[in-house]
Amino acid sequence: MQPSLRMSTVSPPASAEDQQLVEALRRGDEAAFAMLVDMLGPAMLRVAQLYVRTRAVAEDVVQETWLGVLKGLDRFEGRSSLKTWIFRILTNIAKTRGEREGRSVPFSSLALDEPEGPSVDPSRFLAPGEMLGGNWSAPPAPFPEERLLAAETRARIEEAIAELPANQRAVITLRDVEGFGAEDVCNVLDISETNQRVLLHRARSKVRAALEDYLEG
Amino acid sequence: MATREFSCKELVEVVTDYFDGRMETGDRIRFEQHLVYCGPCRTYVDQMRDTVRLTGSLSEDDVPVEGREELLKAFREWKRG
Repeated sequence: MQPSLRMSTVSPPASAEDQQLVEALRRGDEAAFAMLVDMLGPAMLRVAQLYVRTRAVAEDVVQETWLGVLKGLDRFEGRSSLKTWIFRILTNIAKTRGEREGRSVPFSSLALDEPEGPSVDPSRFLAPGEMLGGNWSAPPAPFPEERLLAAETRARIEEAIAELPANQRAVITLRDVEGFGAEDVCNVLDISETNQRVLLHRARSKVRAALEDYLEG
Repeated sequence: MATREFSCKELVEVVTDYFDGRMETGDRIRFEQHLVYCGPCRTYVDQMRDTVRLTGSLSEDDVPVEGREELLKAFREWKRG
């Protein structure tokens, strides 16, 4: 765990590697472009699907994003990583498409800060007035390791994520499914660091609860 | 946070802060001390770790993009200006 002391939402600037890649693209290096498409494409498709209804439209969004990347390449200044820059283009395009479709998008004003319950069902703790109040009354049991890797378990996680409110779904998809850093997530989704962490925690807590339900059942 | 111990009920609310290294030193020490004597919370934190790890494995199911050829064609056209 790398504690980061920076509280801003500024992403790390483009690395030397990013700069080289951008130079290659500007030179017209097709292999470099193909590599980038293969590397980021699958994650882009998953993220696009957060905003639009169908897989087909999400694929359109990804195509349109790449065309936008090519068009904007000369304006890339390296203030964010190349990946963050590309995903910002993606979410902007996806948002526009989603709105046109009338789909509620992850960060419509309504979706922010809806009231949330606690991370764990309060009935699983001793009541505050009791002796040892706040301690577990129904403690969790370890997950059975041999079932964790089963395809059904993964399917259950996919379902649990699909049931989350849109903003929580967006954050857990970027952070935990696609492995973005916290700062990159803030930048791609235009949210504060605190918001990002709260949404991530709510999302993870619910997915954990769904897993517990499933694995105990 | 006051300088008293976390209850189990409070601890489950700050696991992501802990994982992300976003806790003040005092809270982090109290968090870790709690785990030393509380088996159920150790289990809970392990479950959260398992959850993060398994969620990360979903990207293995990501599918390649359609229209790769069209994109490469678009790139060649872009190159020509």
